[in-house]
Amino acid sequence: MAMLSFEERYRVKGGTLVGGELFDFWVGPFYVGFFGVTTILFSLVGTALLVWGAAIGPTWNLWQINIAPPDLSYGLAFAPMNEGGLWQVVTVCAVGAFVSWALRQAEIARKLGMGLHIPVAFSFAVGAYVTLVVVRPVLLGAWGHGFPYGILSHLDWVSNVGYQYLHFHYNPAHMIAVSFFFTTTLALSLHGSLILSVTNPKEGERVKTSEHENTFFRDTLGYSIGAMGIHRLGLFLALSAGFFSAVCIVISGPFWTRGWPEWWSWWLNLPIWSQ
Amino acid sequence: MKLRSCIPILVLALTASLTACERPPVEVDQLNYRGLGLETVKNPRRLEDKLEASQIPAALPPVPAVGPKASEIYQNVQVLGDLSAGEFNRIMIAMTQWVSPAQGCTYCHAGENLASDDLYTKVVARRMLQMTRAINGEWTSHVAGTGVTCYTCHRGQAVPAHYWFEDPDADGVRMVGYTAGQNAPAPQAGLASLPSDPFTRFIAARAHDSIRVQGTTALPTGNGTSIKDTEHTYALMMHLSTSLGVNCGYCHNSRSFGPWEASSPQRVTAWHGLGMVRDVNEEYMTSLTDVFPAHRKGPAGDVFKVNCATCHQGLPKPLNGVSMVKDYPNLVGAAPAR
Repeated sequence: MAMLSFEERYRVKGGTLVGGELFDFWVGPFYVGFFGVTTILFSLVGTALLVWGAAIGPTWNLWQINIAPPDLSYGLAFAPMNEGGLWQVVTVCAVGAFVSWALRQAEIARKLGMGLHIPVAFSFAVGAYVTLVVVRPVLLGAWGHGFPYGILSHLDWVSNVGYQYLHFHYNPAHMIAVSFFFTTTLALSLHGSLILSVTNPKEGERVKTSEHENTFFRDTLGYSIGAMGIHRLGLFLALSAGFFSAVCIVISGPFWTRGWPEWWSWWLNLPIWSQ
Repeated sequence: MKLRSCIPILVLALTASLTACERPPVEVDQLNYRGLGLETVKNPRRLEDKLEASQIPAALPPVPAVGPKASEIYQNVQVLGDLSAGEFNRIMIAMTQWVSPAQGCTYCHAGENLASDDLYTKVVARRMLQMTRAINGEWTSHVAGTGVTCYTCHRGQAVPAHYWFEDPDADGVRMVGYTAGQNAPAPQAGLASLPSDPFTRFIAARAHDSIRVQGTTALPTGNGTSIKDTEHTYALMMHLSTSLGVNCGYCHNSRSFGPWEASSPQRVTAWHGLGMVRDVNEEYMTSLTDVFPAHRKGPAGDVFKVNCATCHQGLPKPLNGVSMVKDYPNLVGAAPAR
C-alpha cells in the first residue's frame, strides 16, 4: 500500500509496552506490535469459534445464530463446549482482543508522544462489555448471566433481563445513561453542523474562523464552549453514557432484585411530603 | 463553583443511592433455555422475612365424622350442615383462630344466641365459607390440590391485608388537574406511574375488558387498542408481578407477550386465577353489598374486592404452597358438573 510522503516521519521506534523491538514494525499501513499480534490471534480464534458454533447449531440464518452462555447451574465453573463452554472461550477471546486493541492504541499514542486519551476512551466501551459478561456474572455467581452472542438472541436477552425488573426505565443509572446518550448526539450534531457551516462558505467567500463559531453560540445560547471545550465536553458525554450504561446493568440483580419503580420508594418516603 | 465543592454533594448522593439498594449475593433461578434471561431474581434475606410471615398455624386435631349432623343439633346452619357436630365445631374454632383470634366467637355470633344472623359479620362469614368451598371445589385450575382456607387471606385479621376498592377520585379533578387515573406512584402497579386502578375494568366482575392489547398480525389490521388501554394492561401485570414477588419472565417471554406457546405453564395458572378473582368479586363479594355496613365500604360505596395480593401476599404460591386444606377437607366444595 502506498504511503503518504510524511508518514515515514511518524514511524518511530520504541514506545512499546511489551515485546520490545520484536514486533515493532509495520505491515502496509498497519502498526503491528505485540498487541497487534494478540488482537489478530484472539479475533481469528474467536470468530472461528463463532462460525464453528453456528456449524454445530441448528441454523445458518445469520439473524438466528446463537452462541448461548452456560446454564446457571454451572456457576462460575467451566461448562462443556457445546453447553456454553464455547461462549466462555469466545468471551475470553473477545476480552483478549478488545483489551489488546486498547493496549495497541496506547503503544501507538506513546510512539507519537500523544496523551493516552484514545485508549482511555476506548476502555470505557471495553469496560461496559466486561461489566456485562464478566463483572455482573461474577457478582451474580454464574457465567450464565452473560448475554448470548447472536443478533436476535442478544436482543431477547436484553428485553427479558429488562423485564426482570418490571420497568427498566425507572432504573436511575439507566435514566442517566439514556440522558447522556441523547446529549452526546445533541452535542455532536451542534458541533458537526457548526464545523460544516463555517467550512462551507458561499461562492467567493472565505472559510470562517473560530470567531464566527464563538459568536454564533454566544448569540444563540449566551455562551460558547470553544473549539477545545466542545471536544472535552463530547468526550465527557460519550464516556459518561457508556459508564452509566455499565452501572445500570451491574446494579440490576447484584444490587437490586425488585421492580425498578419500587427503588424510588426512598424518594416517596422522604419526610418532606405533607402526607 | 469550583469542582471541589461538588465532591461532598456527589459523595452524599452516592451514599444515599446505595442505601436505597440491596446487596449481593442474590439468588437467581433459571426458568428457560440458557442465555434467554428468563430468570427469577430473589434476595434471600428479603425472602426469609416473607417466608417467616407465611408460617401456617398448627392444624387442630381431627375429629371423627360420626354422630349427629350439625344441622340436626344446631339451628340456622346453612353451610356445612352435613358435617358431624364435632367436625362443625372444629371448623368454627379454626375460623376464629384464622379470622378473629382477638375478638373471639362474638365477632360473628351475637352473644348467647349462636343461631342469630343479627351481626353482619356472620352473614359475611357464611358467604365466605361458600366461597372457600367453591374455590377449592371448582377452581382447581388455579388452586390445584393446595386449596385455600380463611387463613390464606385473613392471616389472623378480620379484614385481609390486601383488598381493593374502586377509586372515584382516580382521575383527579377535571380540566387542568385531570390525571387520567395515573401519573402518580401507584402502589397497585408496583409504584410505577401507571393507572392506579387496573382492577375495575379487568377483575371486578365476570364481564370484563380484554386484557390482551397486542395485535395478532404483523401489520395493523384493525386493532384499535390505545396506549391508554395498554397502560391499564401493564398496570394489571405490574400488580400480578408484585403480588407474587416474581418478574414478567415468570410467565412471559418478552420477545412476544401474547403467544401461549412462548409462555411458561405458570401463565395458564395465572389466567385461571384472573377468572377465579372475577368470580369471587362478582359472586361472593359484590353480592354482599347490602350486608356490609357503610364503614366497611369504599369511597364509591362498593365492597371489599380481592386481587392477586389478597392471597399471594408477595409469594408465587400463597403461604409458600403449604396446603392447609388437607387438614380441613370439609372446606372443599363439590367439583363443577362437567
